Amino acid sequence: MIETLIVLLPLLGALIAGLSGRFIGDRGAQIVTCGLLGASALMSIYIFKDVALDGNVRTTELFTWIDSGAFELSWAIKLDTLSAVMLLVVTNISILIHVYSIGYMSHDKSVPRFFSYLSLFTFFMLALVTADNFVQMYFGWEGVGVASYLLIGFWYHKPSACAAAIKAFLVNRVGDAAFALGIVGTFFLFGAVEFESVFAAAPAMAEMRFEFIGFEANALTVICLLLFIGAMGKSAQLFLHTWLPDAMEGPTPVSALIHAATMVTAGVFMVARLSPMFEYAPFALDVVTVVGASTAFFAATVGLTQFDIKRVIAYSTCSQLGYMFFAAGVSAYGASVFHLMTHAFFKALLFLAAGSVIHALSDEQDMRKMGGIWRLIPVTYAVMWIGSLALAGVPPFAGFFSKDMILEAAYGAQSMVGGYAFWLGIAAAFMTAFYSWRLLFLVFHGAPRADEKTMSHIHESPKVMLVPLILLATGAVFAGWLGYDLFVGEGRVEFWGASILVLGANDSIEAGHHAPTWVKLLPLIMGASGIALAWIMYVARPDLPALAARVFRPLYLFSFNKWYFDELYDWLFVRPAMALGRGLWKSGDGAVIDGAGPDGIAAATRSLAGRLSRIQTGYLYHYAFAMMIGVVGLISWYLLTGAG
Amino acid sequence: MDDWPILSLVTFLPLVGAVFILGIRGEAEVVARNARYVALWTSLATFIMSLFIWFNFERGTADYQFMEQATWFPGYNIDYKMGVDGISMLFVMLSTLLTPLCVIASWDAIRVRVKEYMIAFLVLETLMVGMFCAQDFLLFYFFYEGVLIPMFLIIGIWGGERRVYSAFKFFLFTLAGSVLLFLALLAMYFEVGTTDIQTLTAHGFPASMQTWLWLAMFASFAVKVPMWPVHTWLPDAHVEAPTAGSVILAGVLLKMGGYGFIRFSLPMLPLASEFFTPLMFTLSVMAIIYTSLVALAQEDMKKLIAYSSVAHMGLVTLGTFTITQQGLEGAIFQMLSHGVVSAALFLIVGVIYDRLHTRLIARYDGLVERMPVYSLMFMIFMLASVGLPGTSGFVGEFLVLVGIFQVNTLAALLATGGMILGAAYMLYLYRRVIFGVMTKPDLKAILDMSPREILVFAPLLVLVFWMGIYPMSFLDVFSASVANIVDLHQAALLQAPGRSFASLFSLSQ
Repeated sequence: MIETLIVLLPLLGALIAGLSGRFIGDRGAQIVTCGLLGASALMSIYIFKDVALDGNVRTTELFTWIDSGAFELSWAIKLDTLSAVMLLVVTNISILIHVYSIGYMSHDKSVPRFFSYLSLFTFFMLALVTADNFVQMYFGWEGVGVASYLLIGFWYHKPSACAAAIKAFLVNRVGDAAFALGIVGTFFLFGAVEFESVFAAAPAMAEMRFEFIGFEANALTVICLLLFIGAMGKSAQLFLHTWLPDAMEGPTPVSALIHAATMVTAGVFMVARLSPMFEYAPFALDVVTVVGASTAFFAATVGLTQFDIKRVIAYSTCSQLGYMFFAAGVSAYGASVFHLMTHAFFKALLFLAAGSVIHALSDEQDMRKMGGIWRLIPVTYAVMWIGSLALAGVPPFAGFFSKDMILEAAYGAQSMVGGYAFWLGIAAAFMTAFYSWRLLFLVFHGAPRADEKTMSHIHESPKVMLVPLILLATGAVFAGWLGYDLFVGEGRVEFWGASILVLGANDSIEAGHHAPTWVKLLPLIMGASGIALAWIMYVARPDLPALAARVFRPLYLFSFNKWYFDELYDWLFVRPAMALGRGLWKSGDGAVIDGAGPDGIAAATRSLAGRLSRIQTGYLYHYAFAMMIGVVGLISWYLLTGAG
Repeated sequence: MDDWPILSLVTFLPLVGAVFILGIRGEAEVVARNARYVALWTSLATFIMSLFIWFNFERGTADYQFMEQATWFPGYNIDYKMGVDGISMLFVMLSTLLTPLCVIASWDAIRVRVKEYMIAFLVLETLMVGMFCAQDFLLFYFFYEGVLIPMFLIIGIWGGERRVYSAFKFFLFTLAGSVLLFLALLAMYFEVGTTDIQTLTAHGFPASMQTWLWLAMFASFAVKVPMWPVHTWLPDAHVEAPTAGSVILAGVLLKMGGYGFIRFSLPMLPLASEFFTPLMFTLSVMAIIYTSLVALAQEDMKKLIAYSSVAHMGLVTLGTFTITQQGLEGAIFQMLSHGVVSAALFLIVGVIYDRLHTRLIARYDGLVERMPVYSLMFMIFMLASVGLPGTSGFVGEFLVLVGIFQVNTLAALLATGGMILGAAYMLYLYRRVIFGVMTKPDLKAILDMSPREILVFAPLLVLVFWMGIYPMSFLDVFSASVANIVDLHQAALLQAPGRSFASLFSLSQ
């Protein structure tokens, strides 16, 4: 009952705010959505204690959804440690961001619509994390995609926002299509789509092979890879990441909730949830590791040179998601979800603090037009520091515990791909620290670069925005320290219970705990040097960045233009699809099919009729001649076929 | 109620209304008003009567129900025989639901020859319902072909500028196929000696004959679906048809082809169906990818939705010929869902067409400013068309995927490609029409949906979510019939010499 309420209350809030927003007004919509979601959040805390700490794992089936032959599934709410953690994170971050939005969106003219979308998103996210079968997970999966589409395009009068919204939906849809195929393949292989039946049968299916689009391959590997492509789309991993930076067109609270703390981590959640399948598909796990590590590295390099404050944080998110994936890839699912949780706090914090900066500077997002404002907005400045320290993995902030664990586990995996992930992760850690402090210095220090009118308007945000910031900052300080033992420490086996499966030989977390000291210190050293370099380049010698950009111009441009992915995809997919569509329409349908078909036949009939009327000359000998040919023809045919 | 000829009542009640309208005399204005009301009440009464079928239908059985039989041609074994099973019952409901909605949607939009228009719609309803109820092939053929006439008139008289070209194209395309269907009908009659559908299904035609019969039926059904490459009549017909004509065309008439495949081709000609499966898969996948790409390039809203219909019907034929439980159920569900969603989308276009009298996408932008209710409706039906889980579009599409993956993974992969393209053209359409800044001066005064318009959408809205969240109410109706078809098909294949059923399964250790 209580778990049903947790999931459905946000939906109720969304419906009330969305459908009757005109009658209850802005304030009414805020009260309804925040109140209902607040109740959800409180109940999630109880559920976390009941399920994750006390171990009351259970599944509540609501009613049958689809039943077609053996393809059977229900709407259900599955509660185990993994979903309880996700419930806790999602509802609590979401309520904080709802409250923050009361202040941030106060000048907007469609407040009820905004709150309705936010709550709708929360509902889909909760449906996703509590699914007990693949199809309900897919329901939540596509649902958060729609909510994200609506929120990115929230300011629909901006063409760039509309374009970003469509891009987000379509790139995600590519992943979703693969996800759908993965689900269908799962059903083909296992004859079921409920997690429990599938997981129970997974070990027996490990060696099964089947034919997929003409190739014979290991069935479980193919299915896991298809599912992982879905995760890559939602979590903006390399090749399917292009939508995430553009998604920053949405209002900043949206970036914090959807594109940092919750939705984009759905892919990580999926891999953790499906660990009983992935564990038996080692090749798929290797792919997860390589993609994750490459993303962590790639996104960090792009983050170095961006000037839009939100885009820097967006690439940082992309990079951190890469960490989570390679952690999952080396079977350190606990570390992966741990980082998911700490990241949710500090990344939401960073986005909301950035929002506070943008708010203070009259909607300016370009860091080249900021600087020298730290005295004017001290609270924002302080929480931005906390968020950056947590992100860079400085002890004792949250990111230190989770990120170091991930790197140690990658090292501890003692495999090729583990080593690849470890070294790219180390490199990314250096860059992470660099771009975080580059952001801090550019935004808050140095001489003010904004115009006087903007500078005169600078003000600290109202309390309704600061309180969520401070609460998130508290989380960013303590979450790692508090969760370490449960998520990845001594208590982890008991804590996770059956919700995550790690085969004995793959226990990289255990191996990570025994990693040599230099492995444990290296991330910290890299972080410190990154900060130092940022200080040199942006505080001590502000002329250095321009010099570096000139000297390493090709590299700089490559990074600044995000490795040219957008241009490549536009040239490879978007233009050809449009051109092909036009071509098939005009020449395929128009010229070939209609030309040979109805229009052609009509024209031919007309001309034939014309010719036939010319044959009717009226001369008897013409007719007699024609008749004779007919008779001769008939007789010959008869002789050739019938007589013999 | 049990001994009433309920199917005949539902079938012919609209005809009674049509005769009634025929008798209305007087001033033009009065005639028009009375014709509208008579048509509305008749179609509503028909719908209410059809609810008896819905409630009294026994679920969980593949048997035909509400059977009626009367001699039609004495001594020739050709009877007037009506009945519904799980597959046809929901199509009857779809027809009786959409007709009153069409009447309401045409209330103000049709100004000339209202009387004749309403008669055409009521006659059309009789023919549609009769076609789904007919249990005799000749009777079926009579209704199946009869549908063409009122539709031809609706497009040709109340259509747009190129209505005559489109009406003829529509008529000739479909008639060309139908001639061959009639040949198949004759051949079957001379082979078996009756046109009773159940007898024909049980007969078991010789393998050599099946191929030819199958091709003849294919010619007719493929045009109706329409399958690539005989789809080009559909965009033209839709563009020129009045809104309500498009609704019926997309909502019910396209389903006649899919229904034909499931009712005739599959159970009567199992060997040929198996033989031609690769052809069907190829054409279906072509339809999905090709028409989705073409839809992307459209500048006319109705044309875009027409092309999307072809793509969606491609999924239907794909699912049908997997001949698996999930594939067939998915195909039927997809047809029902498409009947609701595409009907709604054509109505959506109709709403703004009535205001601005243009269907060109470029003539609109930023409608959300002045039409929030409309934008919400459009959004919901657009997402249903895209196949969002929780809406009706998802269930059918997904079940088809489940079915096709078991048979042919390449086709499954390509069909999911259609999912991506489907989202692309719908979102692109929505963005161009609804989002953006309203700059065009003649849009500034545009009004949001009136209560009458909302009334038309309300039942469709309910259905979209009902079918998406609790599809069991519908799946239960036809699952037994589908299981029966699949079983009979497999039995027929097993009996046939030299064909291995094992080829369906490529799992190996």
